[in-house]
Amino acid sequence: MTTLRVALLHLRVGVMNDLQYRVNFALQVLQSILAVGVGLIVFQLVFSHTTDLNGWTHSELLAILGVQAVMAGVVHAVIQPNMMRLSEEVQDGKLDHALTKPVDAQMLISVRQVQLWQAVDIPIGAVIIGFALARLGGNVGVLDALAFAAALAFGAVLLYCFWLVLATGSFWVVRMWFLPELFEGIFQTGRFPVGIYPDWLRFGITFLVPIAFAITVPAEAVTSRLEWQTLLFAALFTVAAFVFSRWFWRFGLRHYTGASA
Amino acid sequence: MSGMPSAPALGQVGRLRSLADFYVTTMRTEIQTQFQYRAATYMYLLGMVAEPVIYLVVWSTIADSAGGEVNGLTAGDFAAYYIVWTLVRTMNIVFTPYGWEWRIRNGELSGQLLRPLHPIHYDVAQFAGGKIPWLFYYLPIAVVLTLVFEPTFDVRPAEIVVFAVAIWGAYLIRTFNQTALGLVCFWTTRVGALFSLYIVLELLLSGRLVPLTLMPDWVQTVAWFLPFRWTFYFPIETLVGDLTNAELLAGLGMQLFWTLVGIGLFSLVWRFAIRRYTAVGN
Repeated sequence: MTTLRVALLHLRVGVMNDLQYRVNFALQVLQSILAVGVGLIVFQLVFSHTTDLNGWTHSELLAILGVQAVMAGVVHAVIQPNMMRLSEEVQDGKLDHALTKPVDAQMLISVRQVQLWQAVDIPIGAVIIGFALARLGGNVGVLDALAFAAALAFGAVLLYCFWLVLATGSFWVVRMWFLPELFEGIFQTGRFPVGIYPDWLRFGITFLVPIAFAITVPAEAVTSRLEWQTLLFAALFTVAAFVFSRWFWRFGLRHYTGASA
Repeated sequence: MSGMPSAPALGQVGRLRSLADFYVTTMRTEIQTQFQYRAATYMYLLGMVAEPVIYLVVWSTIADSAGGEVNGLTAGDFAAYYIVWTLVRTMNIVFTPYGWEWRIRNGELSGQLLRPLHPIHYDVAQFAGGKIPWLFYYLPIAVVLTLVFEPTFDVRPAEIVVFAVAIWGAYLIRTFNQTALGLVCFWTTRVGALFSLYIVLELLLSGRLVPLTLMPDWVQTVAWFLPFRWTFYFPIETLVGDLTNAELLAGLGMQLFWTLVGIGLFSLVWRFAIRRYTAVGN
């Protein structure tokens, strides 16, 4: 209970901090719209040459683009800033400050940094999903909606676990400046259904980097193509990934020998 | 004359020689630095390779489902295009406007201005040096991509020669364009939005996103008159396409033209920008 309260308090402070810089909001909106615009143009080009891509229509791909934007917002606003801060603090030996606090250290290192304006991708993504659904015309049932919400939650947790494992790597590999670029590159694969990729790559972006669970599965849910077995598997995989990443974090922590006072 | 230990003012030849010496030394240092951080650099490159792989997979899927080709391009052609793309991309990585933003905001530039050479020389030499190790890193990636995606190549010796020159042309054009953009940081320290706009234009008009022949005709026409096309599509096409010797030479000419325009633009902006610089810190 205290843990939860501390976490919420940290997030609130982070949000208030960013609220001071309002111009950044406008700039971020512009950048997000440009990114989404490129995605839309790519689809336009793709569908000027074909009617479906691996069984997905134009409107269904829009739903994927929307989910990818939502997830990008979550990662960039909360997950990535915290994990990069963790990595930097391990490098500078400053992590002691977090470890000496009387709350769970994993919780603390996960909520200290918020980049609020990056979250504009979430409403932008939601609008695209809404637009895609309107074009699809079909009704999204209550079950589909619930499955969609669950799949999104599993996806977000999986991306968090993935980042935590990477950032924990800082305890052994000191220079991790490449993480955002590496992740960004791979994350872009999520703009298309994982089914189009060759087997080895599909395996990689399903189990090594959980792009398939984070983006394709929610998009399947919202376009009524999801099978319940997939969702069940996503749930089990999420639990396993969470347990593993927590264990790995603690394992890494044992290798930490602060460098500063 | 005789008896003087060394002339304080170097002649034109001497200045050029010491500049060349400076370039060689800076490049050599950078080569060694880059080779030192192999793992980190490789990870960075892997992130970068995702971009062409996505485009490649999407367009080969379309080519296959559309009976083998899109606008005359087969899956093998797309593979060749994006594998060469990766090399061109590796070679035309330059110091970004974000680098300028950081450099100016932290007052890092003060120290660099005190040196006897213009800071641009450091950037050009340093990133040029970085290309050599990156070429080594590229090779295994190219081998893997070739094995997986089976490109179709038909290359003449003249095309290889032009390609070897054209990738440096692409490097210089991008360097001066992005540096000119980076100088905007003398007025505002938030260059991100402007840079994003530049990248979007580049994606659409350079052949970075798709081979330009897949674009509507008017886009292709517009692209011909802008610098972007000469930094991606032209170098890639020298190897992948079927350009005549005249077209190859014309392309190099356009690269030279845009490099000179870039240098001109950069020098002009620099003259105004540097007056505005007030150091913070350092």
